[in-house]
Amino acid sequence: MTILDEREGNRETAVNPKLERRARRRDAWRGFFHAAPAYLYLTLFFTLPLIIVFVFSFASRGRTGRPLLEGWNIDSWTRLFEPLVRTIALRSFWLAVLNTALCLLVGYPFAYWIATRRKQATRNILLVAVLIPFWSNFLVRTYAWRMLLDSDGYITQFGEMTGLWGRLLFTVPAVFLGLLYGYLPFMVLPLYAAIERLDWSLVEAGRDLYASGAAAFRRITLPLSRPGIVAGSILVFIPSLGAYVTPDILGGAKTTLLGNYIVTQFGAARNWPFGSSISGAILIVMLAVTVFYFRSGGRTL
Amino acid sequence: MTLNQGAAARPWVDRILAINGWLVFAFLYLPILVVIVFSFSASPNVGIWGGFSLHWYDRMFGNEQLMNALRNSLWVAAWSTVISTVLGTAAALAIDRYRRWLGRGVFDAVLYLPVIIPDVTMAVMLLMWFTQVNITLGRLSIILAHIAFNISFVAIVVRARLANMDPAMEEAAADLYASRWQAFRRITLPLIMPGVLGGGLLALTLSLDDVVITSLVQGPGSATLPVYVFGLIKRSVTPEINAVSTLMLAASIFLVLASLAFQRRGERSG
Repeated sequence: MTILDEREGNRETAVNPKLERRARRRDAWRGFFHAAPAYLYLTLFFTLPLIIVFVFSFASRGRTGRPLLEGWNIDSWTRLFEPLVRTIALRSFWLAVLNTALCLLVGYPFAYWIATRRKQATRNILLVAVLIPFWSNFLVRTYAWRMLLDSDGYITQFGEMTGLWGRLLFTVPAVFLGLLYGYLPFMVLPLYAAIERLDWSLVEAGRDLYASGAAAFRRITLPLSRPGIVAGSILVFIPSLGAYVTPDILGGAKTTLLGNYIVTQFGAARNWPFGSSISGAILIVMLAVTVFYFRSGGRTL
Repeated sequence: MTLNQGAAARPWVDRILAINGWLVFAFLYLPILVVIVFSFSASPNVGIWGGFSLHWYDRMFGNEQLMNALRNSLWVAAWSTVISTVLGTAAALAIDRYRRWLGRGVFDAVLYLPVIIPDVTMAVMLLMWFTQVNITLGRLSIILAHIAFNISFVAIVVRARLANMDPAMEEAAADLYASRWQAFRRITLPLIMPGVLGGGLLALTLSLDDVVITSLVQGPGSATLPVYVFGLIKRSVTPEINAVSTLMLAASIFLVLASLAFQRRGERSG
């Protein structure tokens, strides 16, 4: 540490301002040139496509569904307030909220349990056991539930036998189960990272000052693990809101979510401008959530 | 490192936590296990055990369309991984090593967006862009799309590695008359290599897994393995899908373990 401090000190005092300025300018160029290829690429294949979504949402619809770059109007945006769209949007929104809440409710004690194992080796093994489903193919994991909930599968038979549930496949509960299963690992990992680096001596100090276990958790552990809670919630909420694969495989006609509805506009419904305005609306929600996150002190996801 | 006393919960709390923990693990693993087990079932009806058989694997390797999809997947994944790893690493260096340059703030923000944007939105915006600028939908458009989301993931992983690295190492090399390139080649690159490989493996996994974006920007005959399987699932459920799923799961698990091994090696040397 002292070596580092001295180095910093030297830099402050013993430099020639002219040389310093020249070095800074050269560094500015080097930084720019390192970033240039990725910058150019993302401008071409991310930023411009992002802008085109908003441009096309004001275009009029051609006969094939493609946008005609004339007769600009706001019809695609006003259509967002139609009852059908509202139903689908609300269904998507509440499912995403519910899924985030349940992931948090199940994921927090789970992450806490892993992070508080005494031995580093135990924690590492449990963490790898979380990482494997996290990295496993999302489609395959959704297919697992398609198979488990099949009409002649054991889960359906058990439900019918006991009278607890009937056919789950192609219903909202099935989609919800799929979302929970799909995104739970996205919640657990940031929570684990936050809880694991927590300074436990603070909790200990609280206990020494006669805080009950529950009070210490509520006043110390929970606020300190907030960055993990927020990051995990964003990582679950945003993809749940735009879910496409899960409702497509586990849902039916009555469980259409925004994701499927958008894709339909680019396929069977042949209405690209309308698909653009729905995507645009999701993008606005997403940006709002992210800005809120960074404002509230989050730094990285 | 052992944890302090503060972490120790009361025995009954700890017991509830443990029960919840094992239940969550069961929830995460049982469905996957069922998929794997039934890929070895002789019965054509998924969900009913019909005795051990490798029939579905045999059929899978004989399915020409499926094998073509697998070839597409590997081709796309290889190109998008290599290109996005190079671009993403350079981007991470630009942001972490150089504090002030034109557009750094905007670049930093744009670099995060592809990670959080929902797949569907990214898919439709790329589809519209490709049609607008007349890029034929096919393997090329899929590769271009995969690079677009992978650059960000690679950059994030490499940045995490760079953040833990002492810049004094490079400065020491510079003091000893190493050129910029020599310092990078001999000092920086070996030190960030675990991050670069980890980011590359993440990119490879994401590219091999993607369904939504690929299914919208694909062209005739360019479907990747997950997109082909997605189509199969929507038509009917057969144990052949279980066999492909098992193959894909095995690949994922291999990639996780490989990435952990790289990271661990990095921790020891860094």
